[in-house]
Amino acid sequence: MTLCYSGIVSHAPGITGRADLVQNTSVRDALYAAFARQRAEIEASKPDVLLLIAAEHFANFFMNNMPSFCIGTGESHTGPIEDPVWLKIPARRIAGAPELAGCLVRSIMQSVDMAYAEEWQCNHGLMVPLHFLDPDNRLPLIPMNINCQGPPLAPLHRVWAFGEAIREAVDQVPERIAVLGTGGISHWPATPDSGKINEAWDREFLGRLFTQDKKALLSYSDEDTYRDAGQGGFEIRTLIAAAAVAGTPGRLQFYTAELPIFAVGCAIGRFWV
Amino acid sequence: MSLYQLQKFLYQLNRDPAVRTLYGDDPAAALSRYELTPEERQAIEAGDVGLLYVLGVNGQILMHFAGWLGIPWFDYLQRMREGVRIHGPVRAGVYAMTGGGQSFTAGGGQQQDQQQ
Repeated sequence: MTLCYSGIVSHAPGITGRADLVQNTSVRDALYAAFARQRAEIEASKPDVLLLIAAEHFANFFMNNMPSFCIGTGESHTGPIEDPVWLKIPARRIAGAPELAGCLVRSIMQSVDMAYAEEWQCNHGLMVPLHFLDPDNRLPLIPMNINCQGPPLAPLHRVWAFGEAIREAVDQVPERIAVLGTGGISHWPATPDSGKINEAWDREFLGRLFTQDKKALLSYSDEDTYRDAGQGGFEIRTLIAAAAVAGTPGRLQFYTAELPIFAVGCAIGRFWV
Repeated sequence: MSLYQLQKFLYQLNRDPAVRTLYGDDPAAALSRYELTPEERQAIEAGDVGLLYVLGVNGQILMHFAGWLGIPWFDYLQRMREGVRIHGPVRAGVYAMTGGGQSFTAGGGQQQDQQQ
């Protein structure tokens, strides 16, 4: 068993980029403290590699060629694609893990048709988690993307199968791998409704996620999610995949809906692996 | 309506420095590569974020264009609201305004929002 850590973490450009616009600074600082605890837990698990399942928001792909599932197999990755001043995260080159990523993709392709990319540019979806969880840029990164922004989107049962395939692949290699899903729960980013958060919906979803209630997790239709959780809610795919990777229950360690300037309910949690 | 082409231009502008350079030097030449309606072309040239939003440009693309234009965050949100007020509801895509134009950032930037 080489899955040394499995969890979820929110991302949003505002978490770093609009930090100075927060009025509720005590909640913001509690969030940052939760990031620090998650970082410590990941470090304690002694990972060789960090594997982030994210939504890439057109950092690499456009509707001319949009993979449902893709893995970054390059020697290194760069980011952020955003203006570093706007995002308040300096540009960096992040080591990849090409040989390991190649092993994983060959295994995953036994059950899920996955695209690969030897070039990967990281946007806030990866850079915000990395900023908090690997600030010193120590860990090699294997990025994985689930298309959450350009419908049609992969059905949730395929997302679950993708997560299970990742786990099967991870179990076959000797490296210690920390896997995190990073996505929003309910949110309406980049619309005039930015800051709207459906806390009840978030908490119900997170309850299902950390109890491994697969049936309930896969019961969300995109129409329901769009109505109740906004287009940002489509990113539950990244979290559902992480739950399938873990295959075990876990615990929500931090949640707040009280930072609307970040445009997302901020959640941090881990599965017991 | 050629939303795909409109988004393709904005995506390439966001992601490719050469497209930004060309657009800065010769906007007409840069835009001639895309099959755009006069309304779409005019919205780009005017930096009309409100109209581009109503036309259905994906928010994850439009957000970067607004940033490139130097539009501050709350101004960007307000311009989208103004776009809906002037041009009507969002015509395509999954980024419709659902909150009636109200601000959801109270407590985390309301003060700044009201300054717009």
